[in-house]
Amino acid sequence: MSGTVAGVEARLPIRSDLDLVWVRQHVRQAAAALGFGLVDQTKLVTAASELARNTLVYGGGGEMAAEHVCDGRAQGLRLTFRDQGPGIADPERALSDGYTSGGGLGLGLGGARRLVHEFSLDSTPGVGTTVAVTSWAARPPRQREEPR
Amino acid sequence: MPEHETAAEHTTPASDVGKFLHRRREQIAQRWADEPLFRTVFTVSRDEAVEAGRVVVDALAQVAESGRVADTDAAGFTAVREQLTRMVASRARFGLTSGQVSTEVDGLRPPAVNLLVGDLHEATPEHLRECTTLLTVLMGTLRLVVLETSLSEGQALIDRQHLELLEAATPVIRLWDGIVAVPLIGTLDSARSQVVMETLLESVVDQQARFAILDITGVPMVDSLVAQHLMKTVAAVRLMGAECVVSGIRPAIAQTIVHLGLDLGTVVTRASLADALGYALNRLGADIVLATPGGAGPR
Amino acid sequence: MNHDLSLSGTAHVPVLRLGDVLLITLQGDLHDGTAEQLQQDIAEQIVRNRVTGVVIDISGVEIVDSFLGRVLAEIAASSRLLAARTVVAGMRPAVAITLVELGLSLPGLRTALNTEAALELLAMTTPGGPRREPR
Repeated sequence: MSGTVAGVEARLPIRSDLDLVWVRQHVRQAAAALGFGLVDQTKLVTAASELARNTLVYGGGGEMAAEHVCDGRAQGLRLTFRDQGPGIADPERALSDGYTSGGGLGLGLGGARRLVHEFSLDSTPGVGTTVAVTSWAARPPRQREEPR
Repeated sequence: MPEHETAAEHTTPASDVGKFLHRRREQIAQRWADEPLFRTVFTVSRDEAVEAGRVVVDALAQVAESGRVADTDAAGFTAVREQLTRMVASRARFGLTSGQVSTEVDGLRPPAVNLLVGDLHEATPEHLRECTTLLTVLMGTLRLVVLETSLSEGQALIDRQHLELLEAATPVIRLWDGIVAVPLIGTLDSARSQVVMETLLESVVDQQARFAILDITGVPMVDSLVAQHLMKTVAAVRLMGAECVVSGIRPAIAQTIVHLGLDLGTVVTRASLADALGYALNRLGADIVLATPGGAGPR
Repeated sequence: MNHDLSLSGTAHVPVLRLGDVLLITLQGDLHDGTAEQLQQDIAEQIVRNRVTGVVIDISGVEIVDSFLGRVLAEIAASSRLLAARTVVAGMRPAVAITLVELGLSLPGLRTALNTEAALELLAMTTPGGPRREPR
């Protein structure tokens, strides 16, 4: 993850499906305030919704921290989702499309990764999972790795 | 914390320099207003230049007091970054390079240091040396902050121009009531294809278009990445309730697509833009009939 | 997803009947619970009113994540089993781009630019051609 943190803006609990609505609204407002275009806002809010739902459904609840980051060139928003759930035994597999352990379409993690600029997953079985994503505003889309 | 201040009064050069900057704020700002950096940027009035100088002095005082004189990320600089950006941009419009602007910032150092030396004529030589060194370091840091600003301004300009170029290279043409087309010319990379997708989708809404034609006659090469972008665009257009037709697939490209084993499966393709238009018109229920030699079309 | 959706706050989205078409207009941010409730309501209404089409206008929806996407796909699939066709109308460009990047292109879903076009599409594809309302 690049960029320096300009301050933690908010911590939001993720305990119920009502909280997912707050997460989406908060991320939408924060992204708009940082100058994200409409499409980038929508992508980040959607990614946040996927990740928050993972936190709720698989992690048994947790929280999201939203930080404003800056790398000298651009303003960014970093979202960190933490839970103390069972963790993910095989992160590589969890990121592949079609993988699911909870009856969804299995697009949550892999799908969210495609919607953001930076993505990191840290999980320890029995301890919990932390997913951090960052997106940058007002920057031409970067050449990304070709998915295999 | 008054006790601490008293205790530290004669010991730390940083707090001394901070106090000096507060005390001599007005004089420093006045002298800077005559230096090229301030004089040429703030041309409305001298007061304007002095006021801008005061803001910079305040920032430097804050940084000195925080003890982080060599740190370009020190909190004190945050307040003046925007003003410095504007000053740098103004000098850049004059045709100055980042290096020349940096030299102008260096020109602010002597007036400040001279004032400091004058103020400390009673101090020990060692204290005097420490204080002037500190102020010199601080002015050097200011120079770095300005340089950083001008470099990031340049990068931001390049980014903006890149995006504008992408948008300019992606015109959406309304071919018929309910039919829009984008003729793509040149290489289709990730950045470009994202702009294409957004522009095309927006025009589908604006024109309430039932058909969107992506013409790739001018695209030199179709590899699996380009094909993937095309498929994504087609899928997004479909989600919005319109139909996407890919036209202009030259024989060589058709062969490449087959060789690569790419599945354009559900995508409607046509050899030329004219064929695609014909297909769309037909689906809209319009018939194209050649006019009879007499002039009047069939009615 | 069996977490308790606290039956207390589950709101209903209004389902409007126009001839033999159900018209649902989604607005703003939907709770998961509300979306699941809608899925049930639509199935019940199809059976009760013997409608042959369902139009879901999502022009007021700012995001569709995989959950809401799945709900829409399931509404279409279950309606089909009850002999009604579903058209999702008015998806915003930003939403469409995001869904595609997410990997959710919803191939089984019929779509239209707006409600009007959706009703037209249903009328055109009704067995027996365009219908005339009895007067």
